[in-house]
Amino acid sequence: MMQTRARRWAVAAGMALMAVPVMAVPLMVATGPTAAWGQGRSDLVIGMPLEPPHLDPTAGAAAAIKEVTYANLFETLVRIDATGAMVPGLAQSWTVSADGLSYRFALRPGARFHDGTPCDSAAVKFALDRARGAESVNAQKGYFAAIAAVDTPDPHSVVVTLSRPDGLFLFHLGAGDAAIVSPASAAGNKQKPVGTGPFKFDRWVAGDRVVLTRNPDYDGAKPALERVSFRFISDAAAQIAALKAGDVDAFLQFNAFEALPEFRNDPKFTVSVGTTEGETLLSINNARKPFDDVRVRRALAHAIDRKTLIDGVLYGNGVAIGSHFPPHRDGYVDLTGLYPYDPAKAKALLAEAGYPNGFDTTLRLPPPPYARRSGELIAAMLAEVGVRAAIEPVEWAAWLEKTFKGKDYDLTVIAHTEPLDIDVYARDSYYFNYRNPAFVRLEEELNRTQDAGRRKALYGQQQRMLAEDAVNGFLFMLPSVTVQNAKLSGLWVNRPVQANDLTGVAWK
Amino acid sequence: MLAFALRRGLTLALTAWLASVVVFAALELIPGDPALMMLGVNAQPDTLAALRAQMGLDVPPLERYLRWAGGLLRGDLGTSLTYARPVADLVAERLVVTLPLALLSLVMSTAAAIPLGLLAAARRGRGGDWAVLGFAQIGVALPSFWIAILLILVFSVGLGWFPAGGFPGWEAGVWPALRALILPALALAIPEAAILARVTRTALLDTLGEDHIRTARAKGVGRAAVLLGHALPNALLPVATVLGLQLSFLVAGAVVVENVFTLPGLGRLLYQAIGQRDVIVVQGVVLLLAVVVVLVNALVDIACAAADPRPRALS
Repeated sequence: MMQTRARRWAVAAGMALMAVPVMAVPLMVATGPTAAWGQGRSDLVIGMPLEPPHLDPTAGAAAAIKEVTYANLFETLVRIDATGAMVPGLAQSWTVSADGLSYRFALRPGARFHDGTPCDSAAVKFALDRARGAESVNAQKGYFAAIAAVDTPDPHSVVVTLSRPDGLFLFHLGAGDAAIVSPASAAGNKQKPVGTGPFKFDRWVAGDRVVLTRNPDYDGAKPALERVSFRFISDAAAQIAALKAGDVDAFLQFNAFEALPEFRNDPKFTVSVGTTEGETLLSINNARKPFDDVRVRRALAHAIDRKTLIDGVLYGNGVAIGSHFPPHRDGYVDLTGLYPYDPAKAKALLAEAGYPNGFDTTLRLPPPPYARRSGELIAAMLAEVGVRAAIEPVEWAAWLEKTFKGKDYDLTVIAHTEPLDIDVYARDSYYFNYRNPAFVRLEEELNRTQDAGRRKALYGQQQRMLAEDAVNGFLFMLPSVTVQNAKLSGLWVNRPVQANDLTGVAWK
Repeated sequence: MLAFALRRGLTLALTAWLASVVVFAALELIPGDPALMMLGVNAQPDTLAALRAQMGLDVPPLERYLRWAGGLLRGDLGTSLTYARPVADLVAERLVVTLPLALLSLVMSTAAAIPLGLLAAARRGRGGDWAVLGFAQIGVALPSFWIAILLILVFSVGLGWFPAGGFPGWEAGVWPALRALILPALALAIPEAAILARVTRTALLDTLGEDHIRTARAKGVGRAAVLLGHALPNALLPVATVLGLQLSFLVAGAVVVENVFTLPGLGRLLYQAIGQRDVIVVQGVVLLLAVVVVLVNALVDIACAAADPRPRALS
């Protein structure tokens, strides 16, 4: 009996496997490789995990919008380069008054929008007033909150007057959200973006790709590439397959870390691991018991082994942090040693706080793989010190609504990707529910301060304060992983702003 | 015939209305705000309010539903909250991917299933039969997304015959577009073919046991002629019925397979719209799917009625 059944199954399995090619054979026609491998090409196909919902960087928070448009299609007054430095963009130069309240920008005289209209001071005034106006749907409207007036003394000069000093004003003008748009075309930018950049919009095959072509009328240095396609592939297995099949020449924000060794060993590919501005946190609801007790929060900090976390989640491709500040930025203070991994100490702190047997809590996890994987490891680490965290996976919309807006949560894992965003701890309505007047005073002083040395010192004090209060579990910086064709040069390794500047990319 | 058409028309209207109410209520009840989705973690209350007004979300839910339903009666599916484009355009753009995909997989699965079913019935209890049953067992058990990944590994990564995903658009030419659809259609067709092959086999065996077949055999008609000329036409009725029912599974499978192959089809549009809480798009797509499923089932009924006079005689 057993023998018959076994044979029956063997035959069945064999036939089933044969049926696949049998069904496919009549339909197959062998063709050559899908893309020529390098050499003499002037087109580029870039893979990205997420498709932008639309293409207007001034009306949405999705990083994908900026990763397609920044510096390629739209330009900003101040431009952030690959090193994170502020360099001339649409403004070829600028001066700041001694009191930090008046900024004068000299515009590039030859700048034109893709529809031929000049990008003059009137357009800049329109764009800035639109971003800060009552009807604004700018995701970073706060960047423009200090602006009191925008004046246009002549077609190539813009004077911006602030109501209060803002130490990050220039830096924020370099964000994609501050892109200069034309009054003639701003309303249609979501579907047919019209910018001033070296590439112009060609077409958007919704659900698949956005295509840009070189702008022959660009007034600055023209890019080497004639045609750039951004393809959107969310599935990790499909990302790997697209790279190997040559369907894409490079993949940005690649997060199938387990596949990196394979690409590193393949001479056709280059793998780069750079920095992002994404501080990944175990966010803690500081207002909710038992997390309102600093001893409990410190216990959590001692319970987390960042080394294991980085190895497990990022396969070692990450840098630990001890506060809310990226190690590659000026003013960073290394506080990773403040709470070394020490489960015994964590247990002692919990007992001191009145939880000798630990407690039950929930750990809510949004969809990104880094969050889900970190969450599972953290839950296991917390269990070792008696904190029983129930994992609750949610989708983005639900995370934003319940955790972020509703502040109804215990613990969650999330990367804060906006550059230089330590100021969120000064907002009393922020979802951490952290309220510390001393921190707010430091933030106010930082906003008044132009002196670089003093700013660094203030940033240092802020980081120390957050670490001592153990506001959140500070985990690691999210890496920027790019897998690319080895013959391609000029792609950004680090991501100091949400961008994917292709103006310097070329085939070797 | 008129009564039949009326009854079907009523079913269609009722199904469409129920589907739209359920979808609207579900998206209203689950947490998530399309404006917050768009503006993210630094959104200020005033920008959120401005965007909600722009999206038409600043009115009570019932009014929004009625507004949408009113537009629908005038033939307007509404404007997507996320993409800021008419839903009809979005759907039309995606249909040119999903419709050929569904047709291709239907053709593939039928083309494979009927010969396989015939083979199994002809060789009942012997090797060929067991092989087909084995294939059916495995085909039903394997999820199409897993088959999809396997196909990508073999035919895209390994052999380089087909792209690993994406869709060049029909404007790139018929062959490049078709080439992008073959693996996804195959991934959908395999489980489909498995079920159909089983149904064909069973239906054939049932028919082969009937009196008229025995009579035909007794009159000296050959085995093959009986199978093809007498049994198959009669067995096709249950096969067509199952084929119609399978359509809704095809739709569900398309959502998954389109995501694996990053095909810009209707399934992917629906999946993304739910994530973005784009209720207008979700309603439009679900409505369309509900209508298609009801219509196809009606078509199958009509076809069966035409092929088999008995239900008509009874009624």
